[in-house]
Amino acid sequence: MTPGLPHFLIVGAFLFAFGILCVMTRRNAVGVLMGVELILNSANINFIAFAHFSGTAQTRIDGHVFALFCIVLAALECAVALAIVMAIYRNFNKLIDMEELTTLRE
Amino acid sequence: MAHGMYYNSLYLALIPLLPLLGAIINGLSGAAIQARLDKSVIHVTAVATVVLSFVLSSIGFAKLALDPSVTAIHAHAWTFLAIGRLTVDAAFIMDRLSAVMCLVVTFVGSLIHIYSIGYMKNDPGYWRFFAYLNLFMFSMLVLVLGDNFLIMFMGWEGVGLCSYLLIGFWYKDINNARAGMKAFIVNRVGDFGFVIGIFLLFWTLASLPSGSSPVGHASLVFHEIEATLMNPAIRQAFTGNTLFHIPAITLICIALFVGAMGKSAQIPLYVWLPDAMAGPTPVSALIHAATMVTAGVYMVARLHFLFSLSSAAMTWVAIFGAVTAIFAAVIGFFQHDIKKVLAYSTISQLGFMFIGVGVGAYSAGIFHLVTHAFFKSCLFLCAGSVIMGCRHEQDMRKMGGLSIFMPRTNLAYLMACFAVSGFPFFSGFFSKDEILYQAFITRNMLYPRLGIFIWGIAVLAAFGTAYYMFRSYFMIFTGPYQGDQSHIPEEQSQTITFVILLLAFFSAVAGFLGMPEIFGVPNLFQDFLNPVFESSKPYLHFAHGSLSLEWLLMGMSVILALAGAFIASRLYKDAVHPLPEKLLFLENKIIRLAYDLIYHKFYIDELYQRTAVRLVMTLKNISNWTDQHIIDALVNFAALIGKLMGNAAGTADAKGVDGIVNAAADMVFTAGSGLVKIQTGRLRHYLGVALAGGGILVIGNYIFFT
Repeated sequence: MTPGLPHFLIVGAFLFAFGILCVMTRRNAVGVLMGVELILNSANINFIAFAHFSGTAQTRIDGHVFALFCIVLAALECAVALAIVMAIYRNFNKLIDMEELTTLRE
Repeated sequence: MAHGMYYNSLYLALIPLLPLLGAIINGLSGAAIQARLDKSVIHVTAVATVVLSFVLSSIGFAKLALDPSVTAIHAHAWTFLAIGRLTVDAAFIMDRLSAVMCLVVTFVGSLIHIYSIGYMKNDPGYWRFFAYLNLFMFSMLVLVLGDNFLIMFMGWEGVGLCSYLLIGFWYKDINNARAGMKAFIVNRVGDFGFVIGIFLLFWTLASLPSGSSPVGHASLVFHEIEATLMNPAIRQAFTGNTLFHIPAITLICIALFVGAMGKSAQIPLYVWLPDAMAGPTPVSALIHAATMVTAGVYMVARLHFLFSLSSAAMTWVAIFGAVTAIFAAVIGFFQHDIKKVLAYSTISQLGFMFIGVGVGAYSAGIFHLVTHAFFKSCLFLCAGSVIMGCRHEQDMRKMGGLSIFMPRTNLAYLMACFAVSGFPFFSGFFSKDEILYQAFITRNMLYPRLGIFIWGIAVLAAFGTAYYMFRSYFMIFTGPYQGDQSHIPEEQSQTITFVILLLAFFSAVAGFLGMPEIFGVPNLFQDFLNPVFESSKPYLHFAHGSLSLEWLLMGMSVILALAGAFIASRLYKDAVHPLPEKLLFLENKIIRLAYDLIYHKFYIDELYQRTAVRLVMTLKNISNWTDQHIIDALVNFAALIGKLMGNAAGTADAKGVDGIVNAAADMVFTAGSGLVKIQTGRLRHYLGVALAGGGILVIGNYIFFT
């Protein structure tokens, strides 16, 4: 049996669900970042799956390009977010606990 | 004059503008100069500008005297204003008349500036004094050189202003400030007449048939009016014009003369001049003796072409001159203040000048003006020297014997006394006799023999002049010194004695310029001025006097002058005669009454105080009451309404508008404090809400749209 579009979408959906779960449950900020990476990559799987199975000859490349953009975006997001994490590490008494980071609320 | 050639030169405008420059420099930065640099900078600026004016005036005078083809030097600066048919230029003209005036003003002015260096040397307002004095020179020269009524009037008002400023120069004493205000207000009365005269003249000229000229004859330029009136038909129409059944020309001249009465202190507007002696003595000499007060005489001579057309106006001028001459001379008999004596003498001499210009002897009037400028400024400056020598004592009864202490002042005062009294061959002798003679033979009065009557009054006034002048001389310079014995009067600094001796020299010899023809020499002064008065010659008539008549009249006035001086010497020389002392305590009622009447100046000041001043003060009180009780009440009522309306609006604002605004703010605040609970700052809450939202959207989409 050759895998079709639904198989890829199911993998993407699971990945997305794991990502959300990870972001919502992790107390450590680095773990939250990992969850975000999962969510982004689930989107990438969807882009490429749709491009492969339902694009025409002219538009087939579009999904691939978007996936590449997403990867670049993820790298950048990572750089910025890790910098923020470093700052939090220094300013919040060597803790990077998301439950404690509510100062911006005020 | 109207047919001659004009020589255009803008340098003419420098004559008045140079003193203005001095006034600006000293007026704006004088205080700083005096504080940081030296007083000499101030007086060098002031004196240099006036002396330069004198040099320029001399050049102009020489041009006119040496080149007979030039009738006048003209300088047109710019068009001052143009309204309808009237165009007024800021223009100056120097014809032979204004050249003579200019020379006198700048020459005497220069000397008095130099004198002031010594006289004012210890005054803290040194810079202010010289700034005012320069401003005065500017105004006076504008008055003299102005080529139309408006420019002349600006100078006329300018000298009035400077007179006010300088009379009240020591304004910290309320009496001096009051004297300044009195001079200013009395002059306003005269100036009002002057303005009415100008309006009437312009109106009359503008209503003449215009002939070929598109602008008619409306003009305020002296030589244009003169040229217009040369035309017989126009002159006919002009003199035929009437207003209230009185010839317009008579009204014009009388109104203009009212201006001259104020400025030249004639009855009944003379009251300010004696009070003006409150100013510094150089000011009295320059403004209230030599120059400003003669402006009225100059104005009448300048407008000879108008006055000559109306014998009624000429009679008016001459009668007022004669009455003033005798009246002021009589008041001078019993004055004790040295400056007051000289002030009344000035009023009296101005009366003589008006007799001269009034009877049609314009050059004789101007000649007396010139000689008077020399001898009267000399007398005033001598008085200043005496006052300084006696430590600011002005009462002649506290002087005496000063000829020993102040020999140079004594000499100068004596020379000037000879001149003013008309002693033979001194300057006043020639000028006064010329006026008396012309008054005797004039036929320009309304009644043919009126001239002889005027002559009679004038001769009596001349006798009085000799008496009171020598009375003052003997009281000041002979007998024992009556003042404070603790100090000895002494001669003042070189600048002061130099100036008074120079002026004394001119008082003695200036008369030779205008010797009457019976001495067999040409009358230089009259010959010089004749071309100016050429155009009014046809309307002036004089009887043919004979040589013997002239000798007779001259002899009479000489005898009277000598008699006046002789009586004064018997009564006052060396303070030995008992009569002046006894007069004060005589019980005889008639003598008592006469003495009191004259001593109190005929109660004229009191009369004005009771009538004019009281009337104005009553009006003032009524206006004041109206203002306080009626106008103020109205204003307060309006204010009350405003206040009530304001209160109502304030209540509405606080309760209504503010209520709405506060309610809106409260609502927003309540909503905000409810919503603030949603923001927890926890990432998972936000994410959960976002997912729940997304889930609702997806499920809703299935339920409602598929």
